[in-house]
Amino acid sequence: MSKVLDNLKYAPTHEWARVEGEFAYIGITDYAQDSLGAIVYVEGGDVGDSVSQFEEFGAVESVKAASDLLSPLSGTIVEINEEVIDEPELINQDPYTHWLIKIEMSDKSEIDNLLDAVSYQKMAK
Amino acid sequence: MYDKLIFEISQPNRQAYSLPETEISGVDLPASLKRQLPLDMPEVSELDVVRHYTRLSQKNYGVDQGFYPLGSCTMKYNPKINEEMASLPGFVKMHPLQPEKTVQGAMQIYYETSQMLAELTGLAEFSFNPFAGAHGEATGLMIMKAYHLQRGDTKRTKVIVPDSAHGTNPASASVCGMDTIVVPSTPEGTVDITALKKVLNDEVAGIMLTNPNTLGIFEKDICEIAELVHANGSLLYYDGANLNALLGIARPGDMGFDIMHINLHKTFSTPHGGGGPGSGPVGVTKALVHLLPNPRVIKEKGKYRWLTNEQSIGSVSGFYGNFLVVVRAYTYLRTLGKENVHHVGYLSVLNANYIKESLKEYYKLPITGLCKHEVVFDGLISEKATTLDVAKRLLDYGYHPPTIYFPLLFHQTIMIEPTEVESKETIDDFINTMIKIAQEAEANPDLLKTAPHNTIVRRLDDVKAARNPIIKYKDIV
Amino acid sequence: MNKYFPHSEQDIAQMLAKIGVSHLDDLFKDVPSHVLHHGPFRLPQQLSEIEIRDEMAKIAAQNKKLISFLGAGSYDVYTPSVISALTSRQEFLTSYTPYQPEISQGNLQYIFEFQSMICELTGMDVSNASVYDGATATAEAMFMAVSQTKRNRVLVSATINPRILAVLKTYAYFRDVDLVMIPMKEYQLEKAQLGQLLDENVAGVIVQNPNFYGQIEDYTDISEIIHENKSLLISNVDPSTLSVLKTPREMGVDIACGDGQTLGIPLSFGGPYVGFMAATEKLLRKMPGRICGMTNDVDGKRGFVLTLQAREQHIRREKANSNICSNQSLMALHTVIYMSLLGKKGLHEVAMRAYHHAHYFFKQLLATKLFEQAVKGPFFKEFVLKYKGNPSLLNDYLLKKGYLSGLDLGKQMMLFCATEMRTKAQIDDFVKKVEEFSHVR
Repeated sequence: MSKVLDNLKYAPTHEWARVEGEFAYIGITDYAQDSLGAIVYVEGGDVGDSVSQFEEFGAVESVKAASDLLSPLSGTIVEINEEVIDEPELINQDPYTHWLIKIEMSDKSEIDNLLDAVSYQKMAK
Repeated sequence: MYDKLIFEISQPNRQAYSLPETEISGVDLPASLKRQLPLDMPEVSELDVVRHYTRLSQKNYGVDQGFYPLGSCTMKYNPKINEEMASLPGFVKMHPLQPEKTVQGAMQIYYETSQMLAELTGLAEFSFNPFAGAHGEATGLMIMKAYHLQRGDTKRTKVIVPDSAHGTNPASASVCGMDTIVVPSTPEGTVDITALKKVLNDEVAGIMLTNPNTLGIFEKDICEIAELVHANGSLLYYDGANLNALLGIARPGDMGFDIMHINLHKTFSTPHGGGGPGSGPVGVTKALVHLLPNPRVIKEKGKYRWLTNEQSIGSVSGFYGNFLVVVRAYTYLRTLGKENVHHVGYLSVLNANYIKESLKEYYKLPITGLCKHEVVFDGLISEKATTLDVAKRLLDYGYHPPTIYFPLLFHQTIMIEPTEVESKETIDDFINTMIKIAQEAEANPDLLKTAPHNTIVRRLDDVKAARNPIIKYKDIV
Repeated sequence: MNKYFPHSEQDIAQMLAKIGVSHLDDLFKDVPSHVLHHGPFRLPQQLSEIEIRDEMAKIAAQNKKLISFLGAGSYDVYTPSVISALTSRQEFLTSYTPYQPEISQGNLQYIFEFQSMICELTGMDVSNASVYDGATATAEAMFMAVSQTKRNRVLVSATINPRILAVLKTYAYFRDVDLVMIPMKEYQLEKAQLGQLLDENVAGVIVQNPNFYGQIEDYTDISEIIHENKSLLISNVDPSTLSVLKTPREMGVDIACGDGQTLGIPLSFGGPYVGFMAATEKLLRKMPGRICGMTNDVDGKRGFVLTLQAREQHIRREKANSNICSNQSLMALHTVIYMSLLGKKGLHEVAMRAYHHAHYFFKQLLATKLFEQAVKGPFFKEFVLKYKGNPSLLNDYLLKKGYLSGLDLGKQMMLFCATEMRTKAQIDDFVKKVEEFSHVR
């Protein structure tokens, strides 16, 4: 059973969002990192790029798979986690601490479209 | 073990070439046009080169030395007469732009091979311009798209593929600007017709199928599928990767396929070369011949001519594809002749079913019933080790493992294709080895998990290779 | 039965018994009977090996060997004897793609050496394991630019080989990429026009050096304005010239691609040749095709594997960078051995020899007064001349004398070539025959 954190919101495509005021940190879930295996590369867009809910903003690659990253929320990228770009294996170690991008949200009501921890857990079995 | 790169055996001022004296001298290039970067290429003697690459070859494994049961790859024997014919100066020394009257022999090879393949497949004509199977697929899908556009139908932008399809199928659709719709398989491993009916509409350009499919199972409903697809105004594309099972037995054209590609390096015995050059000729029904890529060989008043036509999809190659590979396939076809082609189908299917029956006590058989030229197992019945472990342990016994983890329908897939060239003894040895490994998995699974033990290198760190790619010599000096 | 099928009647009987059927036909009982092919195929009769040799010799005799003064994308080059002795070794010839690296280190290592040498010649950072040919390599480079910049228009120089252009057009058409030509002036790219065509829709610019007309061009200045426009510069290059000419790297090129035929591959009636693609570091993950990387095994030994496979068709499927599955592996090996044999000095010597012989040829043809100079710019081993007579009739005459003459470009323009293989004697004789034809007329 994969790990989920209660204070996060989830997209059915295995990304999570941590909302802090006007901003949100975005990453991939434990289920995602486990399915991918050892992650070798992350591409998350650039600061200033806009992202849309449930649309592609980057990709994450392991030896055996490459997955598109779909943003759980819409907004503009204000920060990229450089640490994770340099050492993608950090995501495997702790996918909830090691976020990928930080966005300034454009529409907070979109949070309602996301799953809570319990619903996501059910789905991700 | 010899472990040097060619750059590592380089010594200044060694040379390995000779050129005749020349009486022509001339001025140097203007400095502004010249390369300023140093050129660090090896300086070695001829013997250095011969030894280096000979030793490298000894770190490889070819069909000539042993069984190579890779599913969907058809690793059959590469006849040496084919090599001899492909090295005749009359073929090797021809410039592609020579006037037609000076290359009638080369054009004859293309023309007659097309005719023989047409007869074997039930289609009308083949183009040899595509260089490989995936290239043939993309070309075939371009033909499919162009067919609809020429009819004035711009809505047909989707291609249906079964969930068992090889990755090149949806990738080729993307290359042609088309989207893929995936249709599920039934538990028996064949296309689910009910599901297919649901996705057929006026946006579907066609369906890509291989028959037998990647599970080695014959799509018995193929005629019904063909009717449904044609009634929908769509076309059927045949991925020829598994043609070996049907060679001399049944023809894709007779099943209703409109377009297909063949892998000459699979079904027609041309060597794989470690990953190419292959050849992926594309064949079509008469109605689609005008769409074949340019140029084509036609015969007019007993002479062979190039035809370039405006209605064609255009060009997919700089010249005419891998001509010398086609020469090999031609030689093979002339060697087999009409008397022997059916042996390919019968014996490849015999060998695969024999393996199926012999291993089903040890390896899970997700689909029972007759297979065709290849059989798919879903890992060890005991589950004491993974398919990867079994494959790596096979290396210790001197075998090239079968295809693993494809198709994606099961989680521990092992796809075994023996081909028709293997004797009962070879197959029995393989069966006994697979059984031994299954038994080792029960008694001592670690032996598999840490395999291979006997190869010159053991399991390689592919995560490291992907994280910090080192892809040239300068990356390590 | 035929020698390729080892089964005896007994073997077949035993195997059928194990399977639980009585006849070979029973193995196909799931095939609808109206689909089964009944009766013989309309194919020729089988031939024994002795007969095959005869038959193929007859067919090959219908092809005429000519002394070539024609290039236009396929060049008569020196092929060292060592190459076929090595490439015909069964471990190279009959092996599969190196998906099981433990028993494919030979293949993987030569691919690594190929990638290294291509990077060395072009000056670029990364290379793949080869693709089908130069034309499809250029089409793949076009898609890389479109993917990287997320723009949809590609500018192509009119000086590019028309056969490459035809492939670009086909691929662009089916992917809805907009191709726009940059005109040429005196057989060189008209750089002023480029400036006018560059805008925010342009993903990349494709040029060729030396170009189809043999002209050597310097793209360093245009690379700057192309990069300012956030587009990519793609150059199709002849690798045999790169030991001598300013490299793509030095010109600021982003993707260098082309055909390795000039690295010792015989004419082969057009194939197999080998395409290569080399690029800057940041485009590595956008590269199509196979890439080999160095790593270690569990014991710490150096080894090689196919890497970055997650971009490829068998994993990424419809989202793959390309659909390419194989490469032209054995042809890549062919060129690696060629480059090893010639090495630093030999590559330079062969290139300069072609350069000098072509320039001598050029002078001799002009000296006949039957030609006019048509280009002012520098050339490498091909050049355009205007023939004062009818090129088609001239070429027919030369053909009868055993020569493959220059390409008739129309409007009396002809594209001639001389490689390192054309001796002074051959060149002098060809020129003599040209003069003979003109006096005979």
